[in-house]
Amino acid sequence: MSTDTALEPGTETAYVTAGRKGRRRRDRSVDPIPWWQWVVGIAVAIYFILPTLFVIPMSFGGNGSFQFPPKEFSLDLYVNFFSNPKWIGSLGNSLVVAVLASLLATVVGTAAALGLHQLTGRLSQFLRTILMVSMVTPAIVVAVAVYVSFLQWHLVGSIGGYVLAHAAIGVPFVLVSVTSALGGFDAKLLRASASLGATPWRTFLRVTLPLISRGVLTGAVFAFVTSLDEVVIALFLRSPFFQTLPVQMYTAVTVEVDPTIAAASSLVVVTVTLLLLIPLLVRRPKRR
Amino acid sequence: MTTTTPTRRPRPAWLLLVPALALLAGVLLVPLFQSFVRSITTPTWTLEHYARLFTDGVTLTVLGRTATTALLVTLIAFLLGYPYAYFMTRVSDRTRAVLLVVVLIPFWTSVMARNFAWLTILQRGGPVHTFLTWIGLGDIQLVGSQIGVTIAMSQVLLPFMVLPLFSALSGIDRKLLLAARGLGSSPLVAFWKIYWPLSRGGVVAGLILVFTLSLGFYVTPALLGSPQQSLIAQLLAQRTTQLLDFAGAGALGMLVLVVTLVLVAWANRVGGTISAIGVVATSGSKGR
Repeated sequence: MSTDTALEPGTETAYVTAGRKGRRRRDRSVDPIPWWQWVVGIAVAIYFILPTLFVIPMSFGGNGSFQFPPKEFSLDLYVNFFSNPKWIGSLGNSLVVAVLASLLATVVGTAAALGLHQLTGRLSQFLRTILMVSMVTPAIVVAVAVYVSFLQWHLVGSIGGYVLAHAAIGVPFVLVSVTSALGGFDAKLLRASASLGATPWRTFLRVTLPLISRGVLTGAVFAFVTSLDEVVIALFLRSPFFQTLPVQMYTAVTVEVDPTIAAASSLVVVTVTLLLLIPLLVRRPKRR
Repeated sequence: MTTTTPTRRPRPAWLLLVPALALLAGVLLVPLFQSFVRSITTPTWTLEHYARLFTDGVTLTVLGRTATTALLVTLIAFLLGYPYAYFMTRVSDRTRAVLLVVVLIPFWTSVMARNFAWLTILQRGGPVHTFLTWIGLGDIQLVGSQIGVTIAMSQVLLPFMVLPLFSALSGIDRKLLLAARGLGSSPLVAFWKIYWPLSRGGVVAGLILVFTLSLGFYVTPALLGSPQQSLIAQLLAQRTTQLLDFAGAGALGMLVLVVTLVLVAWANRVGGTISAIGVVATSGSKGR
């Protein structure tokens, strides 16, 4: 081990990386992975992805009932999805809500992450917990409380109600990803920028934001996806005139028995997967 | 002339937190507080709605059923999650990255798409039902019973078991096991005496987390379960939207919320779970 790696923080990992090849080969012979662990690991992995695997073939099944394996190959369900105003309209609503909610969540979440980054002590820990709490609060409890309060405030069935509710549940994701981006941020840069005469706002735009942009983008994508997929609160906020795609999908299963949900499902799964790849693709070239 | 001095005083950092906290207050804290107030002041100051939860017979039955389902889900998630997390610590970096993506798939597969897929997989005449009949297990009703609900919920909640477990297990030095083996212990004894105690923090965190989260499930039991065997979330929804018993629903919601938060705080103390899951969920395939 050279001394310069030992001086760096995270020496542990430096050692492991340096000695990985040789050590691993030795590990294998002394401490092999038994075959049954591979079997169990792969079986559980299949359980993880099983429903996702079914979604796409289902969508080409044509207008039968919900059946697997599909009897025929057809694009009928997709045609129906894109021509039926109920489906395409709810998709449009979902996209509008998700864009606005993720914008709002990203702005307030990034600001909060920056604020928390500068604060220390018990209070900041407490505030961070408060902001993260919606991640573990049961959606149904929130949905019921929000429903009754939003009824009084005339927000049920309005786009504003959806945006506010979805933005609030998107904030934790922005907070986490921006906070982790701020982890490697050098506070001396802020002082340097200020000493050169930049206003705090200009410092934010020219110094901080470019350095944390990946975290902000990741947070925005996750907030978008969270809103696009949110169903429990949306079920309570719906009105006959405004409902989102997950709500329409819920109705398709419970009330209408409409197989178009298969096309909707695979569209949502593919869209979400592509969206989640964005932060990964942006991340790669920046890696040193 | 003191008022025009150009020195800029840095604005307090907590101001940056105000928008996020305001959003959270509007959507989460105020509605939950209102719901709490409603539950103790309708029609006048009273604890009647809380007393009724324990005396109306229905609530306790449903609570018991919910707890049983949650325990079963937790057990399945543990039995599948522990070997999987262990397997993740053994394989090469590349395989581990793939396994981690697999873990995150249920996390980010659309709720409605996933439940719809489980419905088609498990329904009468679906692949699993056909297979079980074929191997001679008879006509098992998977959809419309607790079996389907348990299978689907375990799959969704597995990430919450695997992620804290993986973070605990990957911190264990395997050389301890080899040392135990070298000193003449059998593999099972070495595992039980050395590895298992070291992994217990992650185990407890995972168990509590999965149990807690399964208490609040709404969509899965509503779609895959039977209305005669509803879980607590459905009861809450029914009291709100059908019976319009806002005070009673508020009391029930508070009960679920308090239980959840207490359990999560406990899990968090054991394993720092909330932030860990937030970080992993937003980190994509970054490996460790």
